[in-house]
Amino acid sequence: MMRFDHHARRKLLSHGVAVLTGLCVVAVLYPLVSIVYTAVVRGGTVLFQTGFLTSVPPNACSQVSCNTVGIGPNIQGTVILVGIAALISIPVGVLAAVFASEYRTRGVGRAISFTADVLSGVPSIIMGAFIFGYFILVYPSLTYSAITGGLALSAIMIPIVTRTTEEALRTVPNSTREAALALGISKWKTTLRIVVISALPGIATGVLLAVMRAAGEAAPLIFTAFGSNLYYRGLDQPIAALPLLIYDFALSPASNQQDVAWGATLFLLIAILITNVVARYMIHRLGRQMVGGA
Amino acid sequence: MDPSTPSPPSSPGPSSDSRKVSRWPDRIFFVVVTIVGLGILAMAFAIVGILANSSRESFRVFGWGFLYGTIWDPNKQIFGVIPFVVGTLLTSGIALLIALPLALGSAIFITTQAPRYLRGPVGTAIELLAAVPSVIYGFWGLFVIVPYMRTTVDPFLRTWFGFTGLFTGPAYGFGVLTASVVLAVMIVPTICAVSRDSLLAVPVAQQEAAVSLGATNWETTRTAMLPYARSGIVGGTILGLGRALGETMAVTMVIGNVDRIPTSLFSPGQTIASLIANELLSSTGPLQTSAILECGLVLLGISLGVNVAARLLVWRITKSAGAIVT
Repeated sequence: MMRFDHHARRKLLSHGVAVLTGLCVVAVLYPLVSIVYTAVVRGGTVLFQTGFLTSVPPNACSQVSCNTVGIGPNIQGTVILVGIAALISIPVGVLAAVFASEYRTRGVGRAISFTADVLSGVPSIIMGAFIFGYFILVYPSLTYSAITGGLALSAIMIPIVTRTTEEALRTVPNSTREAALALGISKWKTTLRIVVISALPGIATGVLLAVMRAAGEAAPLIFTAFGSNLYYRGLDQPIAALPLLIYDFALSPASNQQDVAWGATLFLLIAILITNVVARYMIHRLGRQMVGGA
Repeated sequence: MDPSTPSPPSSPGPSSDSRKVSRWPDRIFFVVVTIVGLGILAMAFAIVGILANSSRESFRVFGWGFLYGTIWDPNKQIFGVIPFVVGTLLTSGIALLIALPLALGSAIFITTQAPRYLRGPVGTAIELLAAVPSVIYGFWGLFVIVPYMRTTVDPFLRTWFGFTGLFTGPAYGFGVLTASVVLAVMIVPTICAVSRDSLLAVPVAQQEAAVSLGATNWETTRTAMLPYARSGIVGGTILGLGRALGETMAVTMVIGNVDRIPTSLFSPGQTIASLIANELLSSTGPLQTSAILECGLVLLGISLGVNVAARLLVWRITKSAGAIVT
């Protein structure tokens, strides 16, 4: 009898834990549901207005009908900023990863990957402050511009690209390198044309993750890209960005600007969801490839 | 461990003779790659160096007193970092208290409790939470969490836990506690992902041993898996803490932005990150700009310390923690 009670209690505890951890998952996933729900309810009709993706954002307006709402300049600005950041961070990140993984350099390679790891944990606002501090000192006239905004985003992307590329390069089997070198192909061609190309799906996934993160960043752009309601006017001019618009308009008392912020939120969520699905598909294919090659 | 090529580029292999193509492209490539690689190290030093250089003016005026100054008053041009250090550590600490049990529970659910068909989708959904931009969390917090805190949670806490003295003063909805709740939501995916990976890394033989001794599902988890995964879980928790310390937009939008040491969990406050976001552009002059950037230096110091500790811990466990967990 005694033993039976004990056993029942242990089983009960085990079931209790199952329920409890299940509730944890529900609590953790509730915000995701709530965010998507709120964005769809508040931003759904706004997003599908004609011209929302091409026209300029509205001024604050308290009348009933306030038209010409849009996020055109902000989409363009984010694409330009992330483009600049990608142009800088992809070559830098990939080459740094090549150094860390393809050359035997005692501790230096490890030091670099460790540094990149730690840098990827540095708050994005600090990256922005770092670029701001440099430009305010050296080129004050360029402080609020597309260039500084792009640089701030690239500072965020470089560590991510470096680490994910390094991981991808390490999955390329050594036999591949040895075979290429044995054929008399020079080291740099082996590295760039064979090793990097073999690791390309992994590298692309890392780049995609970094791009996605940069596209959603607002903090470092407040005092670098500065934001604007106009379309692109030059690399040395302040530039609009989607997350900056959400920040500005979310805190705006004007309801038409808040509506635009919700539309922009929904747009950004959809874009990130699509990128994420693509990245996952690539990881999945990569996994299959590796299994097939092993 | 180190899958580098068989021969370093500097020492020509035995087969290289004069008939082969020139070695120069290889050397140039090596030099380029080395310069870029060392550039990563240089970037780390540049961040510290430039922030330190920018804070010279503030350091000249306040000296070390800046680090224990409790007053931040742009009108009197007196600046001290303590209100924001308190705000940062308080919000991150409470966020961790809320997030850790939820994240650990979810990780245990995904690895040991859930039916197999649920594990993938649930894990993916939690990872999606990590991909939502900070500013969207802030917007959502502003519209959903702030009113909910004001009308429901805050009065409840005041009624039942008012005696602790933590929940006093007017409850606007904006404040330290609200910021902590939003932060908790944001760091759960980080802690959960690392904890799940550490739990998955437990050798199957270890679990089978526990099961063969008659352990129930939970007993297996508790005796055979959690101790084994402990350091990984601790590492993931510190990573989550690191993320919370530097999180900017979401906090800025719900914390209330008042430059004083919070007196209760309902009071509005300011973290270092939200201070930079709010005041760097509207700075009253070079001294305030310099003081703000010195606050940035302090935040960098805190977050570097936390991150180095976390990375060392996670590295020791897995030898190659993916940078995907950011």
